[in-house]
Amino acid sequence: MNCIEIKNVTKDFKNTRALDNINLKLEENKIYGLLGRNGAGKSTLLKIISNRIFTDSGSITVNGKNTCENDSSQRKIYLMNESNLYPPKMKIKKAFQVTASFYPDFDFEYANKLAKLFNLNVNKQIRSLSTGYTSIFKVITALSVNTPYVFMDEPILGLDANHRELFYKCLLEKYTDNPFCCIISTHIIEEVAGIIENVVIIKNGSIIRDTSCEELLSEGYTISGPAALADKLAEGKNIIGSDSIGGLKNIYIAGKNDITEIPVGIEIVSMDLQKLFVQLTNS
Amino acid sequence: MYLNLNDDKPIFIQIAEGIEDAILTDSFPEESQIPSITEFSVMYKINPATALKGINMLVDEKIIYKKRGVGMFVSSGAKQKLNIKRRNAFFDSYIKTMLEEASRIGITKEEIIKLLEEKGEQI
Repeated sequence: MNCIEIKNVTKDFKNTRALDNINLKLEENKIYGLLGRNGAGKSTLLKIISNRIFTDSGSITVNGKNTCENDSSQRKIYLMNESNLYPPKMKIKKAFQVTASFYPDFDFEYANKLAKLFNLNVNKQIRSLSTGYTSIFKVITALSVNTPYVFMDEPILGLDANHRELFYKCLLEKYTDNPFCCIISTHIIEEVAGIIENVVIIKNGSIIRDTSCEELLSEGYTISGPAALADKLAEGKNIIGSDSIGGLKNIYIAGKNDITEIPVGIEIVSMDLQKLFVQLTNS
Repeated sequence: MYLNLNDDKPIFIQIAEGIEDAILTDSFPEESQIPSITEFSVMYKINPATALKGINMLVDEKIIYKKRGVGMFVSSGAKQKLNIKRRNAFFDSYIKTMLEEASRIGITKEEIIKLLEEKGEQI
């Protein structure tokens, strides 16, 4: 099956271990959410897969072929991240052409259509763009390259609410018309929770969760109610966190909800992706 | 049709129930075409697999049927089928919750009946 396979990848920066023995399989035609706190190793992982930096050990293959210094493998992957690889004085329409020379399936018509939708003037120079429009330019490029694997590192950085909605809609339209493997790394978890099919959570350079969104959400729940009652009900369960206000307490539990008898005054509620993420990655 | 992504109810069930509501109110009449997976996915900003899962629930119940290469349609008789389904679920979905809340705040069954007789007429 076509996929990206990451095996035993480790990366050190001087005295810090950025990635610690990462094993991960990214399947084609799925939307992944790559989640992790600041400095967890998300960007490093994406840069290593796209060969912008090298691993210290381990291997990465795309559809069975090694990616390291391999041009044909790298043409299957597109990474958008914070770095701008185009000359700052280059006009956007020229940047589209340059991109197309590396990625022959680049769709000019689609890119120009998106530019219109987002009100991006393609005759502008890249350096003249605001933070938001720099993101928009990058996102449009990423959606137009038509590679089987597209990595988006913080695609919505600086985008206003209207442009974020438009981005999600364009992404889903593109994806349903022509599925591809898309990895979105973001901190705005609430907004992507419905869009992503699989979740990969990185904590301190290690992958702590790699599962479907649905499976992950069934992995945790909250017991809410009077502290004494809640504590009693949570006894013997895998507590991953709690908070309380006055005599009321929320206890976050990892594991499937197996409580059959709910005492009066107690509420059992499921956790949303963001809450679960916060509890799983709290140090 | 409104989806609440933070609701306890999974999104695919919300999609299925939203379509059911639309059929019951004739927004999606029987034998008419319903929006495509892409349209649901884009409109509600959800993964197409989730939308598909919700719609497939209704296909399994024969409330929706698929015409290959054309799209998805509301089955004839779907409205009545849904009516029966909702009636059967009425006690669990509505009355049970009401009785639980009533017992929490000490409203007796007699009081509930009185309320229904006095104010139920207005609705």
